[in-house]
Amino acid sequence: MNGLSRLLLAGIAFSIMGGAAFADAIKVGVIGPMSGPFALYGQNFKMGIDAWVAEHGSKVAGHDVEFIYRDEGTPNPAHSKALAQELLVKDKVDYLAGAYFTPDAMAIAPLLAEAKTPLVVMNAATSSITTKSPYIVRTSFTMWQNAVPAAKAAKAAGAKKVAIAVSDYGPGIDALDGFKKTFEGEGGSVVESIRMPLSTTDFGPIMQRIKDSGADMIFTFLPSGPPTLGFVKAYIDNGLKAQGVKLISTGDVVPDPDLAAIGDAGVGILSTYHYSVAHDSPENKAFLAQIAKDGAKVGEVTMTAVAAYDGARLIYKMIEATDGKRDPDKALAAVKGMQWTSPRGPVSIDPETRHITQNVYLRKVENVDGKLVNKEIETYKDQPDWGLEKH
Amino acid sequence: MALTLLSLIIDAVSYGMALFIISIGLSIMMGLMRVVNLAHGAFAMIGGYFASYALVSLGAPYLVAALIAVIGTIIVSIPFELLLYRRIYRKSDSLTQLLLTIGITFFIIGVMNFVFGPTVKPIPLPPWLSGPVDIGFRMVPAHRIFVVICGALTALALWVLFDRTDFGVRLRAAVDDSDMAESLGIRTDVLYLLTFALAVGLAAFGGVVGAELLPIEPYYALRYMVIFLVVVSVGGAGSIAGALAASFLLGLADTTGKYFMPEYGDFFFYAAVIAIVFLFPNGLLGREPA
Repeated sequence: MNGLSRLLLAGIAFSIMGGAAFADAIKVGVIGPMSGPFALYGQNFKMGIDAWVAEHGSKVAGHDVEFIYRDEGTPNPAHSKALAQELLVKDKVDYLAGAYFTPDAMAIAPLLAEAKTPLVVMNAATSSITTKSPYIVRTSFTMWQNAVPAAKAAKAAGAKKVAIAVSDYGPGIDALDGFKKTFEGEGGSVVESIRMPLSTTDFGPIMQRIKDSGADMIFTFLPSGPPTLGFVKAYIDNGLKAQGVKLISTGDVVPDPDLAAIGDAGVGILSTYHYSVAHDSPENKAFLAQIAKDGAKVGEVTMTAVAAYDGARLIYKMIEATDGKRDPDKALAAVKGMQWTSPRGPVSIDPETRHITQNVYLRKVENVDGKLVNKEIETYKDQPDWGLEKH
Repeated sequence: MALTLLSLIIDAVSYGMALFIISIGLSIMMGLMRVVNLAHGAFAMIGGYFASYALVSLGAPYLVAALIAVIGTIIVSIPFELLLYRRIYRKSDSLTQLLLTIGITFFIIGVMNFVFGPTVKPIPLPPWLSGPVDIGFRMVPAHRIFVVICGALTALALWVLFDRTDFGVRLRAAVDDSDMAESLGIRTDVLYLLTFALAVGLAAFGGVVGAELLPIEPYYALRYMVIFLVVVSVGGAGSIAGALAASFLLGLADTTGKYFMPEYGDFFFYAAVIAIVFLFPNGLLGREPA
């Protein structure tokens, strides 16, 4: 019996080792919020990657590519780190991707050097993430990237005194700093800086405070989600808009699906963002058509799907450059300075910061043929991550 | 400054009234049936989903949608009462109650997430409720005024129901001594079923009219449950006036805190809770536990 079980064990061990030795597929571990309140964005990761694979096949330079998804749920650095370790050790993935939340990306970063594995960040938007490891490259955006053009647009629109109201957490503070520094640098003055608790749903008192500050324009950032609509409605319904106080925000605050709910009172609201589903280009049309073909709803597409689509492009490029071998330095070298036309417009990877350089569009809510849209009225070309540029 | 203060009080009253409408049903259940119903928020959320569906997909007018929400939620909740809640009224262990009702909450969240998806469901307001109304020294959202009126009517209706009707007399008798009430021929099980339906209906109504302040999405059921529980514990379980007073005080603490020191977050809200519960361990107008 003892001899038999040993034999069995040896057999099992042999077959496992054999399996590992002959596996040729390149594995990509994607960590994203696949369930829970942020599931929409995890599904967007998958939509974007699926669209890329459907267009370009699942084979790169003779290697099969396999994407493995893991659920980070809600912001939880310890959990994400454990998921990344599991992917690296057990599934032996060659690339990591995803990371919706900043703390999760930060938790994964220290593992990369030891595991010799590149990470493609497809959302987490705090500037400093790419400085945490030389093996990180990012295809999403940063708060500074959108806030700096917002400040320039505010100045150009004639604002003199701005009240800033942002959600009180990392990206919110990045947005506040980015806007304030730029706007004051251009000669404007910031009369009020309000950090609103993330849990805020009643914005009446905030509007009262802005009104009392005598500002002629409001700059705001709140993460995409239920409160953004509440903020815009409070702005309109408390009469600030009627009194001529303007509103400019990052695009997170006026997502296209919300515009109908804001109604005609929202016409004229300004925002800066790097992607709009309504972006008029052949690449975007093809991208959305592919997503519709895969059976996903175009109404649920957000900037996250585009970041994932472009992230998959980088991963394919890295696999091609290394011929499927584990060589992160060579892989990263292949994508530094890479340029292409994304559904969001022309983009490139900054060789210094490993962050995506992209156009940021100034949009204005307008009524086009009875439908409210974020109409792109101005383009701020080739915006780098101002947060890393200036520090 | 005086105008600012008056403005803040208006904001506080409207926020407080929204809290009151949603929380009063929970307060009634805790006070009368001694059930800590952690699924109360889930029923408010179901009301919101019904209203959203009726407004967006069926094109029903706002008030009709609110009515559909209340009736629909009561119908959905009745099986929960017959199969589950009935067993935990009054005499059961509080741990059993918590485990059962939190389980129901997770169940409802899962179903809603699966059926309607994780996004926020809009409850579009009709033209007569949207936009600002000029009240002389400031603009107030029309919807806020509507919420205040709804809250006042709800409070008045409940007071009449409990203090002036036969149903109220029977209910209070059952609360004071259920065994004696039963032996006098009062059908307590029917009474409790009706009260349960009332509490759930109020939750659904609150979920609909409060949706501007507390948006409807699957995690609504957990996200705001703490606030509802706080209103009940500060006001005193089962007391209408207590819940009203608690809603105003907490609305005021929250609004002034947000105006003067937004970076302190919910600090003032919970500081007020701690102070009130310290001074009034049974809530502002709660009774001594029997």
